[in-house]
Amino acid sequence: MTINAIQDEIIEEFELFDDWEGKYEYIIDLGKKLPKLSDEFKTEDNIIKGCQSIVWLHAYKQDGKIHFEADSEAIIVKGLVSMLVKVMTNHTPEEIANADLYFIDKVGLASHLAQTRSNGLASMVKQMKAYGIAYQAND
Amino acid sequence: MSILDINKIRKDFPILDEKVNGRDLVYFDNAATTQKPTIVLEALSNYYGHYNANIHRGIHFLAEKATSAFEDSRTTIQKFLNAAHKEEIIFTYGTTDGINLVAQTYGRKFLKEGDEIIISTLEHHSNIVPWQMLCEEKGCVLKVIPIDDKGDLLLEEYEKMLSEKTKFVSVVHVSNALGTINDVKFIIDKAHAVGAKVLIDGAQASSHITIDVQELDTDFYAFSAHKLFGPTGMGVLYGKSDVLNAMPPYRGGGEMIKEVTFEKTTYNELPYKFEAGTPNIADVVAVKFAIDYINELGKENIAAYEDELLKYATEQLSEISGLRIVGQAKEKVSVVSFVLDGVHPQDVGVILDQQGVAVRTGHHCTQPLMNRLGLPGTSRASFAVYNTIQEIDKLVAGIHKVKKMVL
Ligand SMILES: Cc1ncc(COP(=O)(O)O)c(C=O)c1O
Repeated sequence: MTINAIQDEIIEEFELFDDWEGKYEYIIDLGKKLPKLSDEFKTEDNIIKGCQSIVWLHAYKQDGKIHFEADSEAIIVKGLVSMLVKVMTNHTPEEIANADLYFIDKVGLASHLAQTRSNGLASMVKQMKAYGIAYQAND
Repeated sequence: MSILDINKIRKDFPILDEKVNGRDLVYFDNAATTQKPTIVLEALSNYYGHYNANIHRGIHFLAEKATSAFEDSRTTIQKFLNAAHKEEIIFTYGTTDGINLVAQTYGRKFLKEGDEIIISTLEHHSNIVPWQMLCEEKGCVLKVIPIDDKGDLLLEEYEKMLSEKTKFVSVVHVSNALGTINDVKFIIDKAHAVGAKVLIDGAQASSHITIDVQELDTDFYAFSAHKLFGPTGMGVLYGKSDVLNAMPPYRGGGEMIKEVTFEKTTYNELPYKFEAGTPNIADVVAVKFAIDYINELGKENIAAYEDELLKYATEQLSEISGLRIVGQAKEKVSVVSFVLDGVHPQDVGVILDQQGVAVRTGHHCTQPLMNRLGLPGTSRASFAVYNTIQEIDKLVAGIHKVKKMVL
């Protein structure tokens, strides 16, 4: 599936929720289901800066595609991170570098991208794209 | 029951009518900044709408009116702190600015290699970093008063640290993260006994505690207007006049000079020596109204009511299983920091926010304190005189919802 097809799927899922509670319970659930990042990747280098809770992002390339794995101490951030991983993982560096992540806004979570939230989702997106650019350059 | 009419007080703060995420706002982030009463808002718009002018230089009507309002504020603050002289009140842009001023002028002039500066584990970053910068430049040594697990300073350890090497002590009056009220009188007297100067960071104390700088005998006292119902970006540094006179100026520019030639400049006298450039006139003018407002309610009445809120919140929160209150000092202001088993503070904050309840989460600009407590951070509810028991009930219900959703 393309990045946009996955985003559209998430947007559709969120249309089911008519209140904040349903939405956040869903995000928390995603957070709980996200596989734990193995300790060897919970390194200083993999920490996303600018977050109130620690967020780790690990990336690697396989068969021309970038794969992401991530984790966080805070469950809501972990849920949000899980959505970002779902959208961005297993795509080519070009696709990742050029991705337009409109789903965050569409599902009403844009405030989580704001700097004031200091949960670093914005930094996470930036870091994912930076991997996209870096792996492109490596090719 | 409080003798204050809290419902009437709430009407003085228009922001309390705001809805947040569709809910009535419950504002429990008062330690970060307090809300502003209408008289302060009106003072700001009155100043800009009716007598905006640059001060101290013009001889026209508006300039004189603005200057006298500006200087009235200084007198109000002098009384608020019971300072001996009006010129001991220096306007700054906040507590941080005041501390930096002292570190960069007094510190750079009078401290030298090997001299010791004492701070405490409870300090806000703004009372740590300026001293670290000074230590780096001058080769001074920073010493830190430890705390016990409840959040009280270990004053016997402080006494042991003091020696003829101690040249400066800079300690917080009230901890923003835990609410601990420190025995600053004791700290000041002991420091003076070894000849050290003292600065008290009063950012959190100024709105809760009656401050008498002469009785405390402190050399410096710094606070921010925005934490006592006044505007942001405005603060006060009190300094004893003989100490301030001995200090070199901080920033150079207009206002702070007596005479300028290209060969030599002579500096203005106190307080203007430390107030370079056009000051924050509007906010200085408005802070008088905030202090008048506090005086009208009565600081003792405010403190008594806040104590009721603190007591109620402490009781109610203690009953929530898995919740631990962080900071149980003997003397506290109305701040409750807590952690919930198995829940990151950030999740607490996000879910409470969805319910209209504003608390602070994280390290509260006190990372060394959080490290000492072995916590990544806490959630903190801090109360002001316009908060109510019913709002605390909403916080408690909100926390139950957090547990239900996350655990
Ligand atoms: C104890 C303490 N000191 C210093 C400060 C810094 O105040 P300001 O940011 O207004 O300079 C704060 C504000 O959070 C504080 O709580």
